[in-house]
Parts: sequence; C-alpha cells; structure tokens
Amino acid sequence: MTRKGKRLTLIAGAMAVLGLAAGLMLFALRDNIVFFYTPSELAKKQVASGARLRIGGLVKEGSVVKNGRDVNFTVTDKTSDLTVSYTGLLPDLFREGQGVVVDGVLQPSGAFRADSVLAKHDERYMPRDVADALKKQGVWQGETK
Amino acid sequence: MIVETGHYALVLALALALAQFAIPLIGARLNDVALMRVARPTAITQFLFVALSYGALTYAHVVSDFSLVNVIENSHSLKPFIYKISGVWGNHEGSMLLWVLVLSFCGALIAIFSNAMSDRLRSDALAIQGLLGAAFLLFILLTSNPFARVAPAPWEGRDLNPILQDPGLAIHPPLLYLGYVGFSIVFSFAAAALIGGRIDAAWARVIRPWTLFAWIALTLGIAMGSYWAYYTLGWGGFWFWDPVENASLMPWIAGTALLHSAAVMEKREALKVWTIFLSILAFSLSLLGTFLVRSGVLTSVHAFASDPDRGVFILAILVLFIGGALALFALRAGALPVGGLFAPISREGALVLNNLLLSACCATVVVGTLYPLALEALTGEKISVGAPFFNTVLIPIALPLALLMPIGQMLSWKRGDLLAALQRLRVAFVVGVVAAAAFGAQYGTPFLSIIAAGIAIYLVVGGLSDLVIRARGSSGRPSFKRLAGLPLSAFGTSIAHAGMGLTLLGLAATGWGVESIVAMKPLSFYDVGPYQIGIESVSPRQGPNYSEVYAVMAVRKDGATIATIEPAKRFYQARRMARSEAGIVTLGLGQVYAAIGESHEDGTVDARLYWKPLVTLIWIGALVMAFGGALSLADRRLRIGVPRRAAAPALEPAE
Repeated sequence: MTRKGKRLTLIAGAMAVLGLAAGLMLFALRDNIVFFYTPSELAKKQVASGARLRIGGLVKEGSVVKNGRDVNFTVTDKTSDLTVSYTGLLPDLFREGQGVVVDGVLQPSGAFRADSVLAKHDERYMPRDVADALKKQGVWQGETK
Repeated sequence: MIVETGHYALVLALALALAQFAIPLIGARLNDVALMRVARPTAITQFLFVALSYGALTYAHVVSDFSLVNVIENSHSLKPFIYKISGVWGNHEGSMLLWVLVLSFCGALIAIFSNAMSDRLRSDALAIQGLLGAAFLLFILLTSNPFARVAPAPWEGRDLNPILQDPGLAIHPPLLYLGYVGFSIVFSFAAAALIGGRIDAAWARVIRPWTLFAWIALTLGIAMGSYWAYYTLGWGGFWFWDPVENASLMPWIAGTALLHSAAVMEKREALKVWTIFLSILAFSLSLLGTFLVRSGVLTSVHAFASDPDRGVFILAILVLFIGGALALFALRAGALPVGGLFAPISREGALVLNNLLLSACCATVVVGTLYPLALEALTGEKISVGAPFFNTVLIPIALPLALLMPIGQMLSWKRGDLLAALQRLRVAFVVGVVAAAAFGAQYGTPFLSIIAAGIAIYLVVGGLSDLVIRARGSSGRPSFKRLAGLPLSAFGTSIAHAGMGLTLLGLAATGWGVESIVAMKPLSFYDVGPYQIGIESVSPRQGPNYSEVYAVMAVRKDGATIATIEPAKRFYQARRMARSEAGIVTLGLGQVYAAIGESHEDGTVDARLYWKPLVTLIWIGALVMAFGGALSLADRRLRIGVPRRAAAPALEPAE
C-alpha cells in the first residue's frame, strides 16, 4: 500500500469508530435520559403519564404512611404536592421534612410510583436540585454556603 | 503555635513554587546551567514545606484542637484515632491540601529520579510543576484555608460525616490523588517537550514509567473507592456513574490509552503528536474532575459545602493550564517531525485501534458527565444521565476492545500476520466458548452476561498464552528457562490484560446476581440464590461515637450454617445521622451481602439480601492489573535513569 493509502485507511478507520461512537451516544441520549422536576414544575408541565421521571423535594411532615413494606408519602416543594408510592426499604437518611429524590413513573391517576428513593441530608448537604427549587420558592432556610 | 507554623509553611511553599517556576524556565532560555539547577532543590524543599504544613493540620486533628474551623466541622473528640487522621482529607480544605501535597511530592519525585535527561527538559518540566503548585497553593490560601481559627473555641466538634468514617476512606483518597495528580508529571513533561521542541523516542522512555506509576495508583484508587461504595452505601452497587466517579474514570481511560501510545512512540517513533496530546489530556481530565468535585457544580454525595468563589478560582486554573497547554500544542504540533506510518495489520496498528476505542469510551464518559450540566446551563432543564446511557454506549465499544486485546499482543511490530495471530489464539477462543456455555448452563440468562463472561475468559487465557507462546520459542516446547528470560514488561502486559479479563468477568456476573427485599421474621430462613439467610438475634450495641442495632444472621446451605454475618444500622449522635453497615461474607468468589433497615415491634426486620456470584473478581482483577503495571514498572529497561544497554537495531524508516 502506498503511504497515502495507508494514511487514508487510518483516517477512514478512525472516522468509522468515532462515527459509530457518536451514533451510539445520540441514540442513548434520546432514550436513556431522565428529566428532573420539582412537584410544582411537574404540575405546570403537563407531562404525559407513563413517563420516567425524577422528582425532588421535601418529604411532607406527617405524610408518611407505612403498610408493611408499602410506603406512601408526599413530596412537596411548599407550592405543590405529589403523592408517591413505593415498595421496599427506605434509605437510612429518609425522614419527614428532609430532602428526597425519587425515580419512577408518573401514573394516569397523577400519583407517582417510585422504584427508587434517594435521601440525602445533613446540615451541610441537600440535593442541589432540591435546594435550587426551594430557593426559587423563597422558602430556603439552610445556610447558603 | 504548631498550627501557625503549618500555615506559614504553606505560604513559604507558595514562594518556593513561584521560584521553581520562574528561575529554571528563565535559566533554560538563557542556557544558564546554574539557574536551571535551582529547580531540583526547590522542588524538594517545596515538598518538605507542604508536608510540614500537612503534618501541622494532622496534628490539630489528632489533638482535637477545636479552635480550628476545619477541626470543629469535621472532627469529634470521641472519634477513633484512625478517622482523626483520615478525617484530615475528609473535607474540602484538607483534601485540597492533600492534593497539593501529592502534587509537590510528584515534583520532588521528578527532581530525584531525573538523572537520565537533559538539564533543559528537567528544568522546564519542574518549572511547569512549580506553576501548578503555585496555582493550587494560592487557591488554598485564598479560598480554602484549612488553618482558619475561630474564637472562642467550642468544647466539641461536629464530627466527620459518618459515611466517611470507614477504613476504606483511609486509603482511597490518597491513592486516587496519587493517580490523578501523578498525571501532572506527564503533563509537565509534555509541556516541557513542547517548549523545548524536542520530542523523540527518548522522551517517550522518560514518560512511560511516570504514566505507569500514575496509572497503577489510579487503578488501585478507583477499585478501592468502588469497593468502599459497595459496602458502605448499603445498596450493593459498586459503581453509580456519579459524576465524581466519572471524574476518576476519565483520566484512567486517557492514561490507559497513553500507556499504549507511548509504547508505539518509544518503539517506532510514531504517534508522537498523539502521545503528546494524550499526555496533556490525561491531566486535563484530572483537573476537570477536580473542578467538578471541588466547585460544587454537582449534585453528589462527594460535593462537600459548595462555594462559588472556589468554583470560579478552579475554573480559572483549569482554563489557564488546559488552555495554555493546548495553545502550546497547537503552536508547536505542526512543527513536530512527522513520525513513520505503518501497516494497518501490525502491533502498532492494533495499538492505534486500541487508542481509538479508548478515546471513544473516554468521550462517552465526558459527554455523559458534562451533558446534563451543559443542558441545565443552556435551557434550565434538569436531566440525569445514568447507567442505561453508559451501558448502551460503552458495552458495544468495550467488548470488541476486549476481543482485540490478545490479538494485538500476538501481532508483531511493523508487519503482523493476522491469520497466524488468530491461530495462536485458538486455544483461548475454544476455552472462551466453552466457558460461555458453562456459565450459561449454570447461571442462565441474561444473554449479555454469558457473552461478556465468555469474552472475559478468552481475555484471561489469550493474555497469558502470549507468555506460553514466547516461552516456546521456535522449538515448540515451552521452556522454563526461556520463560524466565522474558522481559518483565512482557509479564506485565499479559498479567494486566488477564486482570482486565477478571474484572470483566466480575462485571458480567452482576447480571446473575439475586436481590431480595424482605421483612425477616425471627428464626425463619429466606432464599437468596443458593443460600438461605435467617436472623438469629437483634440487639443494640454502643460504639465509640455511635450506637447501633445489629442483627446476627446465619447463612445456610443445604441446612448447614456456613457463615454468620452482622449487618448493622448505626446512629451517629454528633451529626444525628444514620448509616448502614452491610454484613458481607465471601463464599468462593461470590459474596452474600445483607443490609438491614428498620426493626419492628413484632420482631421483624426489614432487610435487603443479595447473592452476588463472582463479584470479588471486579476488584481482584483491578489488583491483578495494578500488579501487571508494577511488573512493567520494575522492568530494568524501562526504569528511569538507566541508560539503554544495547542500541536498538537501527530503525528502518517505516515506509
């Protein structure tokens, strides 16, 4: 093969691999990303039921009802509420009045069926999405640093 | 007083770093050897001053000096001694100080182990290392001072985040930083080579051991971190595609690519521009990771308190170094002599393909990590990109890469014979197919796990069979003498590739795991894979700075108890935080993993039970990879400062 031919092979090979990777990425980005909303954004957005979503907010005080391993609770951002049902173990840091992020599917009834619940809290940490949403609502109480 | 000494030492280190940057750089331009030689002692002294400063902070933590904000916020007088030491880097300020400590350590290493290179290359490299040190020291002193005092001092501290109170944390960050920051050495040498304009095979020989060194540390650091997440987070997951984890994976992939392209440059004087680019890229990705973690732009358990000033400062450092290096690259790369081209079917051809596939993997991780940030900045929409995205993209790239690894090993330099290489791998192919069938028969679907496991076994056998074939030589019978005569780096490659195979097998086996979430009644047993697990007792216990409820669980097989595990739920008083302590027992290569949740009045306990076959291979594979790397590093021919014994056969111009 000539020098030019070899170089062309190399460039063509590189393009093919990178093109394939880019194609895969676009395909994956179309199907595998999950949007994050707060309850009030969700109320405004008119999201079709059946969509996979991630919802962040606070666990409303007094809303947690446990029945065996089935748990129902309300996620709130102090403007809108969303009823969430979940079956399984709650994380260690899950507590009423604390930040929570739930992954799951919006039901036709308007309630939310979670398949995973993430809770993170301590004095210095709160899911940033939740903190942002609460700041926007003007109900942020934590330190801003 | 000790604390003030530490603070002052940090300021002195900044002054030294600036001297280390300016004097040798000017010296190299003026060709003044005396000025250039300032670099080495300054680098070593700078390290000593940073170490002194770090020691002072550690001292403050150990004696629980609550007049320091850093100690108040992250320590507690009752905290066990080991966490008083590891707590130093369990927070933003301390971990930045550790970062700089490692950075200056790397500078000192260059200064000590750089006899076999020109004064000019060494002093330019140390100058860049000095500039890096100065930038980060300034960052610490201006935005993240760990020595800030408070008056009056409180009686008690707020304790370290309980999730971080774990032996794993004692090892994970230092190792990770050694890897992450270790790439700064390669970065400095790349910048020095671009400044000096001399880039040849000798340069590749200089950077290869440093790349290996950083790569080994990063491999171990990532593996350690993933095992730590696995047993402390209580979900049984070992990798979450959290941006902070990705931050360590990106330089690892770039570093792996660099290891392979540097081999081509060293042996064949080709891929020069690309190798330089990767050297810059690996550390740039480390810097990007530091920015992501330290600026608080992320939603992540790793983001301690976030502060916009810090973010802007790190972003400025990032732009200065990455932008500066790339500008230098753009300016000089065109003037570099073009290296040889080569036949597509050859060792170097295979290594180019390896680099292409690794680059694609690296780009995927970068996109998956930055896309949500970019989208949010541009449109305000918040999305999460998780495992489904990465699996969809990475699996179709990584599996072919794994298939190609042993083939590349079998091809010779310059002009390889693909058919002969495939023929030599026939044993590996057959073993791989048989293994896939056996795994399929034992564990069943998912299909992807079966295929990946087959490829993994092929990779292990194929990686090692290179050694057997080379030991056989032309006589056809493997001879021990010939095997022992092989260079260590040949063992290194084979073993590292086999380690990758083991990790892949462990990953494949995650598809066969069993998860069961149950409310466990006392004395009844629950099936988890081939085992049965039951609670024998639940009782409270008091730890040094926490109280816990722990369950004693028996693991049975065929009616006989083979192990007991003690998962616990701990409550840390100082932070009023709870965390799980998983109960884990290793059976064969798999693990039974249990985490408990709430206990109820009727004696039932909510629990998460897992059987994870072959899961330990994920980390064992990483250890094997690191061991392979260490063997290569020990190879005399590659050791720093050892001149080449015999001149390589004169390089023919590659057509």
